[in-house]
Amino acid sequence: MNGGNTTDLASQARALLADIEQKTLTNKDRMALPVQDMPCQEPAVRAHNMDEVALGYTEAQARIEAARCLQCKNAPCVAGCPVSIDIPGFVGLVAKGDYQGAATVIHRTNLLPAICGRVCPQEKQCQAPCTLGKALKGVDRAVQIGRLERFVADRERAAGGAPMPHVQPQTGKRVAVIGSGPAGLTVAADVRRDGHEVVIFEAFQKPGGVMVYGIPEFRLPKAIVREEAAKLERMGVRFELNTLVGRTVPLAELLQEEGFDAAFIGVGAGLPKFMDIPGENLVGVFSANEYLTRANLMRAWDRERAATPIYPSKRVAVLGGGNVAMDSARMALRLGADEVHVLYRRTREEMPARAEEVGHAQEEGVVFDFLASPTEVLGSDKGIVTGLRVMSYRLGEPDASGRRSPVAIDGSEHDVAFDTVIVAVGNESNPLLAKTTPGLAVDKKGHVLVDEHQKTALDGVWAGGDIVLGAATVILAMGEGRRAAAAINAYLKGK
Amino acid sequence: MNRIVSRTRLSDEVYKVEIEAPQIARERKAGQFVIIQTDVEWGERIPLTIADADPHRGTITIIFQTVGVSTHKLALLEPGDSLEAVLGPLGNPTHIERFGRAVCVGGGIGVAPLHPIAQALKQAGNHLTVIVGARTKDLVILEDEMRAVADELIIVTDDGTYGRKALVTEPLKELCQGDNKPDIVVAIGPPIMMKFCAESTRPFGVKTLASLNTIMIDGTGMCGGCRVSIGGATKFVCVDGPEFDAHQVDWDGMMTRLRAYKGIEDEAHKEFHEGGCRLDSLAEAARAEALGARTDGGSR
Repeated sequence: MNGGNTTDLASQARALLADIEQKTLTNKDRMALPVQDMPCQEPAVRAHNMDEVALGYTEAQARIEAARCLQCKNAPCVAGCPVSIDIPGFVGLVAKGDYQGAATVIHRTNLLPAICGRVCPQEKQCQAPCTLGKALKGVDRAVQIGRLERFVADRERAAGGAPMPHVQPQTGKRVAVIGSGPAGLTVAADVRRDGHEVVIFEAFQKPGGVMVYGIPEFRLPKAIVREEAAKLERMGVRFELNTLVGRTVPLAELLQEEGFDAAFIGVGAGLPKFMDIPGENLVGVFSANEYLTRANLMRAWDRERAATPIYPSKRVAVLGGGNVAMDSARMALRLGADEVHVLYRRTREEMPARAEEVGHAQEEGVVFDFLASPTEVLGSDKGIVTGLRVMSYRLGEPDASGRRSPVAIDGSEHDVAFDTVIVAVGNESNPLLAKTTPGLAVDKKGHVLVDEHQKTALDGVWAGGDIVLGAATVILAMGEGRRAAAAINAYLKGK
Repeated sequence: MNRIVSRTRLSDEVYKVEIEAPQIARERKAGQFVIIQTDVEWGERIPLTIADADPHRGTITIIFQTVGVSTHKLALLEPGDSLEAVLGPLGNPTHIERFGRAVCVGGGIGVAPLHPIAQALKQAGNHLTVIVGARTKDLVILEDEMRAVADELIIVTDDGTYGRKALVTEPLKELCQGDNKPDIVVAIGPPIMMKFCAESTRPFGVKTLASLNTIMIDGTGMCGGCRVSIGGATKFVCVDGPEFDAHQVDWDGMMTRLRAYKGIEDEAHKEFHEGGCRLDSLAEAARAEALGARTDGGSR
C-alpha cells in the first residue's frame, strides 16, 4: 500500500496533469482523479539502509493531489488538525502552483511542517473527516493532506528555507523552556516571536527530544530537526544542552534566582513501561526507548564509527502495536535481523500505529503475529533470551473504549524462539521534575495537571506534550505548545 | 564544553581527572554520578560517580579505570582539553544520618565513589571504619584521603603485597562478629565483591547499602537499560538508585546484564589497542574483568 514505483508514478502524474490543466474541473472530475501514491524506496532495498523511506511527491503529483480537494466551505479537515492549519487555503494554492503562497499559509499556524508532514497520523486527524474520503468511502481516499504539507515544506527547504519569523523588539522578559521536543520547540518559537528571551534546557547532547532519540532517520531525517533548531538559534533562542532541570538546576531556582519570568515544562513521557512478566530482565530484552536511543541518538547503526554498541539480533520479537513498535521492528531489520515479528494482542484494525507505518513494515518483511501476547520471556541458564512463551487471544465484546477486548484462549500457550525482545508498550511519566519541584501538581500517573491554557498549579509555570497527555503524538504536543505559548505571552504582557 | 583542569594517574590504569562543571559542583551530593561524553557525535555516554567536587573552583573530580575504548579515550585527554558533554548530578544522593558505627567497604576503583560517602558519614558524627581492598599494592588508591577521614582504616590485598592478605569480606565479618557491631555498611566495588559483602552482613542483620553501576544510556529514566531486580521488583538504577539495600539486590541477575555487550566490547577494545593506543597500560581484558566494571560503566 501507499508505495509505488517512483518513475511510473512521476510519468503518470505528468501525463494526467497535462490533461487536466486544459480544462475546468467539476467536483465530479475532481472526485475521479486518482489518489497519488507516495513514491518510496523499494522495500527490499530500504530494509537495509537508513535513508528516508518516503521520497516525497513530484510537482505534478502534488498538483493533482491538490486538485482532488473539493474546497468545502465548512472545511471539516481544519477541525481535525490540532494546530488548525488552513488546509483548503494551502491546498488550493498548491493546485495553482503557488507553493510559496502555500508555505506562507501553513506557517501561520504550524512552525514545523516538514516534520508534521512526515510523522502526523493524518488518517486520524485532518484526513479522517475529509469530505472526499467520506464520499469515496475510505479514509485512504481522502485528500492526502500530510503528503501535500510535506511537499510544500520540502520545496521551501530546497529553496533556502522558510523566511525568518519576525521577532518583536526585546521585552526584557525571560522564559525557560524545559525539554527540546516538539512541544518545547513550538513554545520557544512562539514566545521568542513576542520579543522575550528564551532559553531551552535539554538533558541530551542534541536538541529535538523524541524526534532525535526516538523517531528513526528513515522516517524523519535528523537534518530536518537540526535545521529547525538552527532556525530557532538564528531567532535568538539559546540552547543549554546536557542540563537536566530538577538535577543540574532546580526549576524553582530558575524562577527565583536566575531571573526567569516564566517556564514551560515539555519533558515528555520518558519512563518505559514493561510487560511485568517473568524473564523481562534477561539479557536481550530491551525497552523500545533503549533500542531506538542506541540506534538513533547514539547512532549505533553505524558500527564502524559509533562507540555505543547495539545487540546483535537475528530473531526479534517486538511487543506492542503503536508507532514506536513499528519503528523498533523496522530498525531491527535495518540493523541486520533475519526475522522480525510484531506481537499484538488484538488485530490490525485495533492497532494504534499509523496505517502507513504498518504498511511499510509489512512491505519490508516484518511479520505480524496478531492476537498474540507473551506470558513469559524464556532464557538460557546463562540468563540470555531464547524465546517467548506466547498466549493466543480472540476478540471478545467491545470494552469501555469501544474496542473489542482480547480474551486469552485457555491452553493456547506455545513457545517461539527469539534472541531479542523489544518492549514497546508505552511510557509512563518521568517522576524527576515533580519530585524535585514542590507545589507542581500531578495526577496519580504522574502527568502534570494543567488548566485549559496549559497552566500548572505553580505560578508562572505552564506544561504541555506527553508529560501532560501521556504518550501521544508530535502534533498534539505542538498544539499544546501553541496554547501554552499564547498564555505565556499574555501573562508576560501583563507583568 | 567542560574543560579538564588536571589529570593524575593514580595507578597503572586508574586516572583522576578534575573537570570544570560549576553547576554540577554546586548541586552534587555524596553518592551521585555524571554522564560524560568525549565526543557527542559518535562517543558513548559514560556514567561515572563523582569522587569529589569543589563548588568554589567550580570543578568536579572523577576517578576511573581504563577498561574499554571510551575510558581509554577519556584518559587520553590532557588538561586544557574539553569534554563535549557532562550531564549531572544524576541519581539520588546517599541518605546520610548519624547511624552510630559506620563501615565503608571499597574494592578497587570503588574506593573513589566511596570517599565522599565516607566523608559525609564522618561529618554526620558516625564512628567510621573504612576497609580498602585491592588486588595488589599498586592498585590501592586514595589511602591518604581515607586515612584522613576514617577512625580506623583497614587495608587488604588479594596477594598480600600491602596490608593484610585477605578479601574485604574477612575484616567485615569480624566487625560484625565483634562487640561493636556496625549500624550501617556501605559497600562499593566490583559486583561480586558487593554481593559477598551482602552475604557477610546478612546473618548479622546489619543494614548494608551498595551502589550499583549498571549499563545505562541516558541516566534520566528514559531507557530502562539499567534496570535491576530489588526484592523482586524491577527498579531503575539511574532514578531509583544508584544505592540499594544490598540484601535485596538480585546480584546474579545484575551481573548477567552487565555482561550483555562483553563480546562486542572486548572486540572493540582489542582493535583499539592494535590500532596503536598511546596509553602504555595495556591491561588485558581479563585483568580489567578481575577488578570489575566499576566506573568504566560506558553506555554499552
